[in-house]
Parts: sequence; structure tokens; C-alpha cells
Amino acid sequence: MGYNCVVLAKQVPDTHRITGQVMKDDGTVDRAALPAIFNPEDLNALELALQIKDRHGGRVTVITMGPPGAVRILREALYRGADDAILLTDPRGAASDTLATSYILSRAVRKLDHDIVLCGRQAIDGDTAQVGPQLAEKLGVTQITYVEALESLAGQTLTARRNLGNGWQRVKARLPVLLTVTGDANTPRVAAARKMMKYKNAHTRAEIEQQIKATDPTADDSMVRKLVQEQAGALERQGLLIRQWNLDDLQADLAWCGRNGSPTKVHRVQSVVLAAKESKDVAPTDDGIAGLVHELIQDKIIA
Amino acid sequence: MIDVNRQGEVWVFAEQHGGRLEETPLELMSKARYLADTLRVQLAAVLLGDGVASLGSRLIQHGADKVYLVEHPSLGAYQTNSYAKVIFDLIHKHKPQIVLYGATVSGRDLAPRIASAAKAGLTADCTDLQIGDHTTAKDGAVHQNLLFQIRPAFGGNIIATIINYDRWPQMATVREGVMPMPEADTKRRGEIVKETVKLANGDLPLEILEEHTRPKKVDLKAARIIVAGGAGVGSRDNFKLIWDLANCLGAAPAATRAAVDLGFIDHDHQVGQTGTTVRPSLYIAIGISGAIQHQAGMTQSQKIVAINNDPDAPIFHVAHYKILGDLNEVVPRMIKAIKEKGVK
Repeated sequence: MGYNCVVLAKQVPDTHRITGQVMKDDGTVDRAALPAIFNPEDLNALELALQIKDRHGGRVTVITMGPPGAVRILREALYRGADDAILLTDPRGAASDTLATSYILSRAVRKLDHDIVLCGRQAIDGDTAQVGPQLAEKLGVTQITYVEALESLAGQTLTARRNLGNGWQRVKARLPVLLTVTGDANTPRVAAARKMMKYKNAHTRAEIEQQIKATDPTADDSMVRKLVQEQAGALERQGLLIRQWNLDDLQADLAWCGRNGSPTKVHRVQSVVLAAKESKDVAPTDDGIAGLVHELIQDKIIA
Repeated sequence: MIDVNRQGEVWVFAEQHGGRLEETPLELMSKARYLADTLRVQLAAVLLGDGVASLGSRLIQHGADKVYLVEHPSLGAYQTNSYAKVIFDLIHKHKPQIVLYGATVSGRDLAPRIASAAKAGLTADCTDLQIGDHTTAKDGAVHQNLLFQIRPAFGGNIIATIINYDRWPQMATVREGVMPMPEADTKRRGEIVKETVKLANGDLPLEILEEHTRPKKVDLKAARIIVAGGAGVGSRDNFKLIWDLANCLGAAPAATRAAVDLGFIDHDHQVGQTGTTVRPSLYIAIGISGAIQHQAGMTQSQKIVAINNDPDAPIFHVAHYKILGDLNEVVPRMIKAIKEKGVK
């Protein structure tokens, strides 16, 4: 019994915490200075999946697609209670737009049993909210976007409440479904200490290889391969090997991946420069403020 | 996949709910008209629903040359699959070169589903659209008269211009409130093209059990003066300062996402990337640090006054008048000064 939940998560730069420290002198943001975090609404999606598991049983598998370092958010998902985590990483998948991304993700989800696929409504770096619906189309499943509450789940039927911006809607659908979850849906649980102790040692093969090379820079390739094999095997036996899939593992058609598979291209990027044309300092005193109000009345901005 | 075709029309999805047209497709009409005129092609609205034929003339009055009208009892309530199927079939049949949608909840639910089925490009939440040429870096090929899809990205820290030149249609969702609505011209005439549709059960996988919508409590788009508070205001009680200042100016009270999330005020009052985009004559930002997401919704204001006790707050970069000080002292002083009409 229970439901197989697959959660799609993304590691993103923390664009919501832009302070004076990451502002460059020219008024643009120093993007490299932003920390990488678990996309906030993906945490709500994970929480919803964990609640389904708590109530009905089943498994929660978290997938992320990104550079090898994105494995960090997979460990965070394991700390919170995910059963399984998979890293999709392949340089040939870089520069994928939302269409190519949804294709690659669909190849991964198809390899797994999935009753309910969950994603955050949108990621805070692109804010597109497109990958969820595109993935639903590729999987041929019903999508329910902007989910703010799961009202019931019984047998093969799910009822959810959607946030329409100017109100809400309750909808019912048969599984399988894909839900995109909003930040209002729940408060994500924090990492459990016991799970942190266990899963801090969970690694991908790439991480194991990196560690081996760092410990013994003189090890030759065959030695490294042998050690990776041994250590990965040991982790796997303890349930601590984070699976890592590339596009070959997904049997993905490369024509639909990465730059080639992306119909949208970037023509130009301009940094936003935050600067008013002219600005005045106004003293926070009675006189200063009265002067400002006077000026605004003179300029007919206020009556 | 749909090949590049230079004669294709420009389309706007005419979103309606319960027989009422949304504002966004009408706002989109003036820009879409400009795109169609530049490309010398027709502008068409795509109207789906049940008993919605009467909305066609309004779309024509706002600039459409043509309305593709699809009526069916099952299209009375919006749902993703049925609407996506109908529009996808129409795209296949008529091969438009550009398809635009409002970046509403429904638009953002629908457009990606269609884009995935059509294997076409889609750019989300555009704030501007233009026609321009693109030269590919690889082979120097020049692609003329493409749709420039202009949008803030990376939390609004950059403005990206996105194009697609090898697969059509070029599709985009456009943020609400960023384009002024054209005036209706009651003399404009256009053509209503009725299209038929066959829907199967699989096209209607959702059962809509209940729906509650209400008009927004405040019309920020129409406000001439806006007084907005951020997390720095500190509490819901203290947010009374914002209401008081707004009341004495006849202004609309507004807030940042942070203040809304903290429960200081209702979401209807939210300005910014996930709220409303505003362009008042005067915007008074109080206790607002100026996250770029907030700025995305207010930098088009004619005059900006910022009150903050942090000299490094990014809001000061866009403010015309900077008041460095404690808002609990500054706002009462401002209320007093306004009541005294700024007389020293």
C-alpha cells in the first residue's frame, strides 16, 4: 500500500536575500556572492510528499538535475525524511531551457514508479513556473498547479485546493497526477538530527572519486577506479549511495537535451542598475519632512 | 514541431472566466497590435468558452482583426487539458508565428502545457515585447523580425532578451499590469471565425468541485499615490502607520511580499514580481529594504520616497527622496506635515 511520490527539486542561488553586501559598486548584483539553497517551494513539495507518506505509507524519491554540487540539496532532502535521492548530472544537459529540462526530467521520472509527482510552483532564479506543466505534458499525466492544500487522497483519487490569486478552487483528479506546490501549502519540517547523523555520509560516486583524489593525489586511474568501486559498494550496502544518472542512463535523445534541445535562446542580458536619475537626501526632522511635503505639493504630486 | 513561417498571424489568448474577459488579454492588445503591424500580419484573439460569442466584439474594439471563437459546453470552465488541446489544434491548423498569453494563474498553467506539446519555446512573465534581428554567434546567420521576449530574470537582477528562431510559434506569457490597456474603438470592425472542436473524456481529467473568487480589495494599478510598508514596519499593529499615512494622502496602502508573508496586510496589497506592478505618481516606501522582486513592481513610479534606517538599503538606489531615519518618528512627522500642507 501507499503511494510512490517523486519530488523534483532544484538548487538555486538565494535571490531573495539580496543585501547591500552583494551589491556591486555599479548597482548590479554580484551573483557569485549569493549562497546556493534548496529552492523554497520545492521544500513545500517535499513536505507535502512526506505528509502523504506519513499518512498513507509509500516512498518519497527526490530528484535534482544540476551540476555535481547540487547533491547538497539531496542530502538535505534525506535529512528531512526522503527515502531515496537521485542526482541527474551531465554536461550535455547544461544550458537546457524549460522544455529541454522537462524532457530530461521526464526520462528520469519514467524510470520510477510514480503515483504523485510533486514540484515547487516555481524556482526563485528563473521564476518561470513552466517546468512542472511541461513535465506533466511529457509524462501524459494530469497537472494541478498552484496547490495550497491536499484535501483528500483515497484509492486512486486526489482532491486538492488551488490558489487562483483572487480566490481558490477545489479540484478532483485520478492518479497519476503532477502537483506544483505553493509556499502557502505547509511549513517544511526541519532536518531530523538522527537522519543527519546517518545521511551526512551519503555520497554520489563523483563525490567519492573527488575525496579519493584529494586524499591521495598520486593514485593512478585504475587505482582510483578500484577505490571508487569499493567505497561505493560499501555505501550502497548501508543505503548511503546517492544514485547519479547521466543522459545515457536515461536513454535520452540528445537532440532534445541541452542547448540543442532548447528552442529559446538568450539574445542579450543586461544587468539591472539600481539608480534613480536624481535623488535628494531629506533630513528626518520636522523641518526636513515639512520641506519635502511642501515640494511635493508644489510639484502637484500631492494635493 | 512547427516550422518558421513569416506570414503567420500574431495571436492573443483571450482569457475569460464565467463570461468575463480578464484585463490582461486586453492590456496585451496594444503591444500585440504593434507587433502585428510591424510584421504586416493580422492580429487574432483566441476565445474559448461556452456562450462567449458576445466578447468577440470587445476584443475587436481593443485591436484584434479577427477572433477565433471556439464554443463548447465542456469549455465553460477552464481546465488545462481541454484548453491546451483546443489551442494546440488551432496552432497546428493556422500556424501563427507569435502566441501571447497573460501571465495569470491560468495563463501560466496553460501556456507551458501547449509549449511542451508543440515542442515550442516559451518565455515566462515578459515585461516587454519587441521585434528585432538576431545574429547567431556560431555561423553568423541573421534571423530577421524575431519576437524579442524581454523579462527580468535571476530574481529581477538581470533583464534578459529571449528569442527563438528555429521552431515556431514564438510564445510568451506577459506579466499583468505592465502594459497600458488600449482604449476601445467602437467603430473597429473585424471577423469572427468559428472553429469546431471535439473533446473526449481524457481531455477533461479534472472535476471542479468548488470555486470561490472575489474582486481584489484594492486597485493598486489605478492608484495615483501608494504608501507601501515592508518587514521593517515590524508588526501588524504598527502597520497602522501605513494606513494612517495612506488615509491622509488619499492613497492606496500596499506592502512587500515580506510584509504580506508576516501577516501585516492582505495579499491583495502586494506590490512586486509576485504581486501587482504599479506606476503611480508617488510611491512612498516605508521600512522596505528594496529586494529586487519588490522593485520590479514599483520602479516605474514617477516619484519615489524611501524611509529606512539602514543607509545601505537597496531601496535608496531607486529613491528620488531618501529619508534615513526611524519610520516610527518619520511617518508621524510626515502625517503632521501633510495636515499642515507642508507649511514650515
